[in-house]
Amino acid sequence: MDLSYTDEDEEFRARLREWLGEVLPGLPPKPPADDWPGRRAYDLGWQRLLYDAGYAGLHWPVDAGGRGATPTRQLIYLEETEQAGAPYVGANFVGLLHAGPTIAAEGSARQRARWLPPVLRGEEVWCQGFSEPDAGSDLASLRTRAWRDGDDYVVSGSKIWTSHAEVADWCELLVRTDTDAPKHRGISWLAMPMDAPGITVRPLRTLAGSAEFAEVFLDEVRVPVANRVGAENDGWRVTMVTLSFERGTAFVGEVVACRRVLGELAREARKNGRWDDVPLRRRLGRLNAEFRALWRLTQWNVSEAERVGGVPGVGGSVFKLRYSQARQELYDAAAEVLGPEALDLGRRWTVDRLSSLSYTIAAGTSQIQRNIVAERILGLPKGR
Amino acid sequence: MDFQLTDDQRALRAGVRELLVRRFGRERLRAAVDRGAGEGSGERGAGGGLDRALWRELGEAGFFALRLPEARGGVGLGLPEAVLAFEEAGRALLPGPLVATHLAAGDVPGAASGACVVAAVDGDLVEWLDEADVVRGDVSGAVALRSVDPLTPLHRVPRAAPPDPVADLLTAAEQLGSAAWTCALAVQHARAREQFGQPIGAFQAVKHLCSEMLVRVEVARAAVYAAAVTGDPLDIAAARLLADEAAERGARDCLQVHGGMGFTWESDVHLHLKRAWSRARRGAGAAAAEEALAEELLTSAARPGT
Repeated sequence: MDLSYTDEDEEFRARLREWLGEVLPGLPPKPPADDWPGRRAYDLGWQRLLYDAGYAGLHWPVDAGGRGATPTRQLIYLEETEQAGAPYVGANFVGLLHAGPTIAAEGSARQRARWLPPVLRGEEVWCQGFSEPDAGSDLASLRTRAWRDGDDYVVSGSKIWTSHAEVADWCELLVRTDTDAPKHRGISWLAMPMDAPGITVRPLRTLAGSAEFAEVFLDEVRVPVANRVGAENDGWRVTMVTLSFERGTAFVGEVVACRRVLGELAREARKNGRWDDVPLRRRLGRLNAEFRALWRLTQWNVSEAERVGGVPGVGGSVFKLRYSQARQELYDAAAEVLGPEALDLGRRWTVDRLSSLSYTIAAGTSQIQRNIVAERILGLPKGR
Repeated sequence: MDFQLTDDQRALRAGVRELLVRRFGRERLRAAVDRGAGEGSGERGAGGGLDRALWRELGEAGFFALRLPEARGGVGLGLPEAVLAFEEAGRALLPGPLVATHLAAGDVPGAASGACVVAAVDGDLVEWLDEADVVRGDVSGAVALRSVDPLTPLHRVPRAAPPDPVADLLTAAEQLGSAAWTCALAVQHARAREQFGQPIGAFQAVKHLCSEMLVRVEVARAAVYAAAVTGDPLDIAAARLLADEAAERGARDCLQVHGGMGFTWESDVHLHLKRAWSRARRGAGAAAAEEALAEELLTSAARPGT
């Protein structure tokens, strides 16, 4: 058990820190949350800076244009960029972290050449068309249909929870290509151009008041068959190759950010007198223990991924269950610190508290995660 | 960074587990319980005598001399290895003043070899006072309790001992082992026990209890192992909080999964719960740990990597 970093890793950290120190002061101001074209330009601009400096696609394989960095390097990168207050991955999320790696793993040479470089260079934005109004936790029951018509698929249906749909160039889309096959075996993975006729994007306002997601309605949208990645009806496996394998780094930046917020909370409490409230103070102390442990669990998972070249996503389920709950507890504690101002939307923590409510739902609800842990790690039987 | 067990550490853990299964399996455990408490035998009190032969065997295996330098006759290993050994002890519910004797190795003659049983004040309690050959700390005014844990005789003392982070860490390791075992025990029962025509582990309500047990174990494990590597008092304080929680709540949930059988004396679950309660009383307590961790939020800019 070793928590120290190699000299090479420390050198990587030092160079990155130096680069961040040079480049961050020159960034344009962050666009407002509802300015989607502005956000797209800002996020792509950041990606371009990363590309020029050699940090783009750090975790991608070298033959896909990435840097082939170890999980530890990726952890350092995410830790340092968050510490330095660098922009989030933002609009590049699906391209860099899901659609891109899927294409890298399962796409043809032509598909890789067409779609991967623009993601790395910050030229194209991807969104995700997986969930449907009637296919959430039970994703494989999705019903968006695709028929073959010559060299095209004709796609009709609707998707939901699609981030950045308004400004995306491409959508990684799961469609049903065989309605008779068992539900996991009739799905295909398509790259849909978002400017194709028949696509309607309707922003979805969340309880936090912002429109971070959209519904996407598809009415006989034509997608070339050549845009299918993997074999027809093999889309479930194609998707799971990326979804079920991760390197333990998914929440590195967020844990770093939560620890910073916790420190800010303590200082705010000291300032406004709430620090004298012993139960509240002890609650903050316990949250410190909690996030310290989550950081150590991150390092544990990253080290495991480094040894075996990737860990099954079930280890991620253990982490996500605890982290999503801890994040909600953090912002509940923030509300205690704020007192009446916890009801003021002018305080950022108030908005962040609202956003934290999605954590036990998005990317697999806590109930689904507990089923995964119980069945795939503990070996408990499936229910009837 | 390679925050995983080395091959040597895995071998050490397997070796300790094998020794404890062989020398302190379930039959020995229940025999010790029967000696210590027996039905209605409040007179004899908990413990029923320490197994001195086992104690010496632990000494020979290096359990107490683990961190003593080789030059002084020890094994020359560090806190991470000690934590793995104590995790196994917690898993097996091994009785005796393990932490006190381990910490006395090198200072108290015979402690390292297991020839001498050393008890110590930890928090405001002393475990195994009457069995000990040597007692460390101020035990004047000690009053015997009718210990809730049939395998841990307890005395209360008026003056609490100053906190010792290493003792806290080893306690956390024992709690971790207990939590991991009660999780495994609950899962085993949930797979075997059938009601309504299926294993109860197929019901989500039971499944989710078990999943949460595992989550608490794995979070505590990361915290305990990291604290063993850094030796940092705040890392240790955090590890204690999480390991205590994992052990106490794990044993309770395990009891719940066992249903009525979990409420019987015959089941082992209550032994884990009672020991988890008594271990949780060691040291300065959760409030002090939380206060220290809260204070740190004000003083440090907290770079997580360090």
